[in-house]
Amino acid sequence: MDTDQLIRSLAADNPHRAPRVGAVLSMALLVAAPLSILIFATFFGVRADVMSAMRNPFFDMKFAVTLSLAIPAIIVSLHLSRPEALLRGWGWLLLLPVGLLAVAIGSEAMMAPAMPMAMRLVGKNSRVCMVAIPAMALPLLAGALFGLRHGAPSRPALAGALAGLVSAGLAATLYAAHCTDDSPLFVATWYTLATALVTAIGAAVGSRVLRY
Amino acid sequence: MRGREDEWTGLMRSAMAGDDAAYHRLLKAVTPVLRAAARRGLARAGQPPDQAEDIVQEILLAVHLKRHTWDSEAPFAPWLFAIGRNKLIDALRRRGRRVFVNIDDFAETLPGEAPQDTASAGEVAAQLGTLPQRQRDVLQSIAVEAASIKDTAARLSMSEGAVRVALHRGLAALTAKLRDH
Repeated sequence: MDTDQLIRSLAADNPHRAPRVGAVLSMALLVAAPLSILIFATFFGVRADVMSAMRNPFFDMKFAVTLSLAIPAIIVSLHLSRPEALLRGWGWLLLLPVGLLAVAIGSEAMMAPAMPMAMRLVGKNSRVCMVAIPAMALPLLAGALFGLRHGAPSRPALAGALAGLVSAGLAATLYAAHCTDDSPLFVATWYTLATALVTAIGAAVGSRVLRY
Repeated sequence: MRGREDEWTGLMRSAMAGDDAAYHRLLKAVTPVLRAAARRGLARAGQPPDQAEDIVQEILLAVHLKRHTWDSEAPFAPWLFAIGRNKLIDALRRRGRRVFVNIDDFAETLPGEAPQDTASAGEVAAQLGTLPQRQRDVLQSIAVEAASIKDTAARLSMSEGAVRVALHRGLAALTAKLRDH
């Protein structure tokens, strides 16, 4: 088939309209979310003292941190699904949760400590956290990668890493409702490690499946 | 140069609004530019230029299947050249070349560059043979025999909708095979 012939067939297919990447990504995440919620409800569940926990600003802060990761990661991943897009100018959005955590750690340090620092950092749930966040992230990661496959990222591994951040941020939002460790030190340590793991998986898989 | 790129953007807007003829003209207009850039990239990597046409066809397929990622408020050329660069890099990697794609290979096309003839391209043609019969027949009819959707439907005793679906699936399958082979 010579190039003129190929062009003819492409022009004949012009009426075909594909949905936008954002629409496909949203649908894929909505399909994956019930699976993650099922894992949450089956194995973890909302912590028993949730009513009193809600009066603790550090409990609320966890959700602010995880959502400030997930939502900017969605925005940046959609931006990078365009072939000519650069991370430059957008990457700072991904620093929002870091900034929030720094503020939270600072405010906790100024309060009279309820527990010694080592205990706040290690917490009671570090091992659960390292399992729960990746486990709940996996269905969402598959959804995010499926959605982003509809795009045309120039750097598939980077786009895959962002899919990892999206799914880890959403999974951590669920996990935050279960975990009784509310210290920002705990969040900064264990949530970050779990997120890094999911992000690495996303980058590795993305470098294969997000090529277009 | 700017005038040419503005013209491309205008054509692509019309194409996205449903003007198939504008889309055809746009693809014809960008092809010599892509071909020249692919040849330059191959030459820089020490590769014979006869693979340029395969790369051009891969770029055109990617442009087609990913055109929903183009923002109609943005100029068309940077989007096109980004896809061109990616496909050139992929093609060189597949051939086991260390890749030093000059980012200007696509961005700047020397004015007055002699238009190259359409060279033969083997890869799309080879992959065409591996498609399901229906998709192959439809592509053969529309691309090679230049039949319309309507005539193709009559000839193959299919509905026009089924021809459109087979055409699109065939193009998507070709692209996937070229990427993964």
